[in-house]
Amino acid sequence: MLNSFQEGVLVICCVNMIAVLGMSVLTGFTRLFSFGNAGFMSIGAYAAAICSVQFKLPFVLSVLIGAAIAGIVSYILGSLTIRLRGDYFLISCLGFGECVRVLFNYTKDITGGANGYSNIPYKTTGVVAVISTVLAFVIAWNFIHSRYGQALTAIRENEMAAAANGINVVRYKKMSFVFSAIYAGWAGGLYAHYLRFITPTLFNLGKSSELVITTVLGGLGSLTGSVLGTLIVQILPEIFRSMSEYRMLFYGIAVVLVILLRPNGLCGYWEFSLTRLVQKIRNIGKKTAKENSHE
Amino acid sequence: MSEAILEMQNVEKRFGGVRAIDQFSLKVEPGMIYGLIGPNGAGKTTIFNTITGIYQADGGRILFQGNDITKIEPHEAARLGIARTFQNIRLFGNLSVKTNVMISCNMHSKYHLGDALLRTPRYREATKETEARAMEFLDIVGLADKGEERASSLPYGHQRKLEIARAMATDPKLLLLDEPAAGMNADESVELVEFIRELKKRFDITILMIEHHMDVVTNLCDACTVLNFGKTLATGTVEEIKKNPEVIAAYLGGDE
Repeated sequence: MLNSFQEGVLVICCVNMIAVLGMSVLTGFTRLFSFGNAGFMSIGAYAAAICSVQFKLPFVLSVLIGAAIAGIVSYILGSLTIRLRGDYFLISCLGFGECVRVLFNYTKDITGGANGYSNIPYKTTGVVAVISTVLAFVIAWNFIHSRYGQALTAIRENEMAAAANGINVVRYKKMSFVFSAIYAGWAGGLYAHYLRFITPTLFNLGKSSELVITTVLGGLGSLTGSVLGTLIVQILPEIFRSMSEYRMLFYGIAVVLVILLRPNGLCGYWEFSLTRLVQKIRNIGKKTAKENSHE
Repeated sequence: MSEAILEMQNVEKRFGGVRAIDQFSLKVEPGMIYGLIGPNGAGKTTIFNTITGIYQADGGRILFQGNDITKIEPHEAARLGIARTFQNIRLFGNLSVKTNVMISCNMHSKYHLGDALLRTPRYREATKETEARAMEFLDIVGLADKGEERASSLPYGHQRKLEIARAMATDPKLLLLDEPAAGMNADESVELVEFIRELKKRFDITILMIEHHMDVVTNLCDACTVLNFGKTLATGTVEEIKKNPEVIAAYLGGDE
């Protein structure tokens, strides 16, 4: 159906989408910026890869363990840093991401160091990636629309008022942070089982900022916006691959334009809804029917 | 004398060298509407912030229904039954009017994270209940038809009412109102007086309010405390306070 290049683009797109959905919960819905989520991706990727190769665990279990370890690490980190105000929290995450990268460079015996970790079985096919992404989206959607997600948006809108209305701000911020880390770890596990070979530099600061930029570009406070953002950021460069030298230039210009023209991102605080679309089309149908009957 | 619902004993709050509140004591009995008045910068909002745990008092004790709440966190205060509004309205601006109230109702919601992620029947039922409850509160403040609008798009008076509805949705025993009549004209404040009376009757709550409009205070408050420079200037019924020469000099202004 798809050739291997197209399938590759699809898998990369799906993997990034999962990580961005996690980022969206953290940044778009809680207004916490983290430039360290590639670190959690890295933890998920290495943990899952080691489980698969060293311990011969089944693929699904490996990925789950990877995501869980990323979640546990984020819980510990969050317990230390989540009380920090905006910028300081961001910097601490940035530092953490770099620490993970350097750490994996040094632990040669376990992670293979800068030479990378290889011989990971190829398990993340297009089908697996798509199923994972749909699952990730549904879970994130349910989370955001529950009282937990409402508490996060309340914190985003006004922290003091949220606390005055019974929301434990620290606890919910931490929950949001762990949620995003689990998603990053999940994405990392899938990524490792697609690439078959991972190095620490795959998950550098550039990767972290790409996740943040994608989230902002797609729109803060919108999961469907994050999906759209990922599609644009991942697929557009592939289309323009022939102009590879200018790719990053266009990318940069696009980001600047979106920030200037639509500061809230492409779909800021707005979700695409199929039922609403159907209703709109129906209303148009009704209107024309009415007009016709008048005539 | 019945037991006080809220009692502050010699509470102190300093910011650097400034004593924002100084040896402040207060006793509010259940079912009262209690007024807190005084010139700008007298420390009235600071008192609200120490009661609700936004600030930690530097000295003294605060008791709520006999329990020490001096070192409480803001969300714990809400869970104990202390709700509040803010002087400069703090709504969840980008969210719908209904969601604003639902977030408060959620405090009593009984489903867990697993229910939410899997959309279990328990989750659906609880959400439906929360929604119905939120609409009830919106109905009381007369905003039921505006449920789907963005909170920040409401006119000022409605925003005040929404904030009160949101506070009431936490099911409080004590409601702290920070200048509810600020920015309202005479007609609107008359309406507000009626509204607060009705709230009190319907929910059987105690109200502590900061207010500058003396007509609102006169019409509503059973007793009040006048503050100046963080210190109590006078305490008593509104009539007593109006005659107090010190209060007249500091706050009400003397007759020509």
